[in-house]
Amino acid sequence: MATVLVVVEAQPDGQLKKATLNAITAARQLGDVHAVVLAKDASALAAEVKDYVKVVHAGSGAHLEHYLAENWAPAVADVAKSINAEWVGAAATQQGRDLMPRVAARLNAAMASDIMAVNGATLTRPMWAGAVIAEVTLSTPVKCFSVRTTEFALADKSGGGEVKAFAPAATGQTHAQFVEFKEVKSARPELTEAKIVVSGGRGTKGDFKEIEALADELNAAVGASRAVCDAGWQPNDLQVGQTGKVVAPQLYVAAGISGAIQHLAGMKGSKTIVAINKDAEAPIFQVADYGLVADLFKALPELRAALKAAK
Amino acid sequence: MKILVTAKRVEDPESKIKVDAAGKGIVKDGLKYKINPFDEIAVEEALRLAAKHPGDVVAVSIGGKEVHEQLRHALAMGATKAVWVNHEGPLDQMGVARLLQKIVEKEKPDLVILGKQSIDDDQNQVGQYLAEWLGWGQATFASKADSLDSENEKNKVPGVIVGDGAKTVDVIREVDGGLNRLRLTLPAVVTTDLRLNQPRYASLPGIMKAKSKPLEEQTAQGLGVDVAPKITVTKLSMPPARKAGIKVPDVATLVTKLKTEAKVV
Ligand SMILES: Cc1cc2nc3c(=O)[nH]c(=O)nc-3n(C[C@H](O)[C@H](O)[C@H](O)COP(=O)(O)OP(=O)(O)OC[C@H]3O[C@@H](n4cnc5c(N)ncnc54)[C@H](O)[C@@H]3O)c2cc1C
Ligand SMILES: Cc1cc2nc3c(=O)[nH]c(=O)nc-3n(C[C@H](O)[C@H](O)[C@H](O)COP(=O)(O)OP(=O)(O)OC[C@H]3O[C@@H](n4cnc5c(N)ncnc54)[C@H](O)[C@@H]3O)c2cc1C
Repeated sequence: MATVLVVVEAQPDGQLKKATLNAITAARQLGDVHAVVLAKDASALAAEVKDYVKVVHAGSGAHLEHYLAENWAPAVADVAKSINAEWVGAAATQQGRDLMPRVAARLNAAMASDIMAVNGATLTRPMWAGAVIAEVTLSTPVKCFSVRTTEFALADKSGGGEVKAFAPAATGQTHAQFVEFKEVKSARPELTEAKIVVSGGRGTKGDFKEIEALADELNAAVGASRAVCDAGWQPNDLQVGQTGKVVAPQLYVAAGISGAIQHLAGMKGSKTIVAINKDAEAPIFQVADYGLVADLFKALPELRAALKAAK
Repeated sequence: MKILVTAKRVEDPESKIKVDAAGKGIVKDGLKYKINPFDEIAVEEALRLAAKHPGDVVAVSIGGKEVHEQLRHALAMGATKAVWVNHEGPLDQMGVARLLQKIVEKEKPDLVILGKQSIDDDQNQVGQYLAEWLGWGQATFASKADSLDSENEKNKVPGVIVGDGAKTVDVIREVDGGLNRLRLTLPAVVTTDLRLNQPRYASLPGIMKAKSKPLEEQTAQGLGVDVAPKITVTKLSMPPARKAGIKVPDVATLVTKLKTEAKVV
């Protein structure tokens, strides 16, 4: 069986980022899964991950305190070489997208991004904002991938893994330096993990009060279209789409969003889609299970009241 | 400061892409082509930086003769020189990055700015491969500290900030959960996100001038790069369409449907 190495990602608070567990599920379809954890002190996170994989390689070092591709790529590539990994991958988060091609370059490996399915050695991935699905094969000895987390379930504990600590050599690289991380804190559920997402578009004219109130009523995350993030009405981090977050909740409510293909690319895998738009011809209605032609400023408060009453 | 940017030719993002009957390619009839939107942002950022730190802006595109259109577009925006890597046939990200590496070694720019991804292949890889193979620092997903409606944007202030003595650049990056700021020692590789800037239109005089700006030709063979693809696309297909939904007349009906039919609330 092939050996697969998965790069573990931590949340800003140091806890395991759930997306890693989706990546492990994909990796299990390719072979025996090892994981690599990199941190100033990797032991706690490694202990958390060990139940999901065969071996966790826990690399600790002062130079790994902040994630930096230049410090992480050599450490990941060294572990991959030491265990003869045929596959190396991570979740297609912003960190995974930044890191994995650099790891691949170090290993002279070809890479498939955002994989949606694994069939033997054939990987399925989206192109043209998901308008096309491609099946690809990679012909380099070592192969890299990043995983579209919405397409793979969270891994369950397989039990019995071991932790192997190692000390990644300090790279001595000086060409990239971490300056700061400005966290956008939100009390709402994380967009990519929420069961319900309520998103607003340009139709909100920047007024997200009703979007947020409905989200809170449903314990949902808030999302947005590019138009909203470009205008600075909502943080960039909330953009759903081809170049933002990909979500697949049980329920996705799109209010004042026209439904451009680039937006659909990030939400059309949702189980149920509700669209609220005052233009009956808006393309969003073509993917909506339930469409309501209405002014969002009128419909959203009504919807919130009706849901509250129906509890 | 000398800056190298990329200008890939891609289908217009507004086009409707369809897979051909053989499942090997897309239907090309009636498609319009453009510079990759992220690359246009890269050209714009380079021009703004060059306005403050004078130097050449070199635009590179790899492909057949048709990519002259994208190179001329970059020149019309204000780039000073174009490099065309004449190549027909498939290429993968490793091939593109190896070719760009050779061009960088020839041109010796202080900064390379690429799009974070192409809107056709959507791989989001080339900049990172290039940075590793050059042994340079990378800042992917470059964004602006303030919004695209801000005064800074109206005044064309670059989002990529050059440090004293032009030895470093600071880059604000869009990452999960917020914004990250990195400081890179030059030379370095930056890839653009959507919110780095609003690209200018090419002016008529710009378009006229572009015609006489230098366009240099290179080939993979001449650069000594083996571009045989390591990625094979075995099949293309269209994703299954979502089952057609219904329009509901009012909020009450919507709530009933969500409760009893979809069972999601
Ligand atoms: C390279 C590239 C990448 C992109 N990536 C993304 C991406 O990741 N995510 C993304 O979202 N977009 C992306 N886009 C942009 C995309 O093409 C659209 O421009 C964008 O999604 C439009 O946002 P919108 O639907 O909010 O705005 P609009 O298209 O302007 O739609 C606003 C809608 O609101 C409706 N409306 C107005 N007022 C009301 C009201 N009072 N009540 C109800 N409805 C109302 C209107 O009828 C209209 O349908 C990308 C584009 C490019 C070129
Ligand atoms: C079915 C299929 C058929 C193909 N046929 C051809 C073909 O006939 N001819 C061909 O040349 N390629 C062909 N390709 C290759 C493909 O279009 C990409 O150019 C290549 O794989 C690079 O990947 P990317 O653009 O997705 O990389 P990404 O990593 O997403 O791109 C990031 C950045 O790299 C830069 N970049 C990428 N490509 C170029 C380029 N060509 N010139 C300048 N900058 C670039 C851009 O700045 C871009 O923003 C084909 C791909 C597929 C899937």
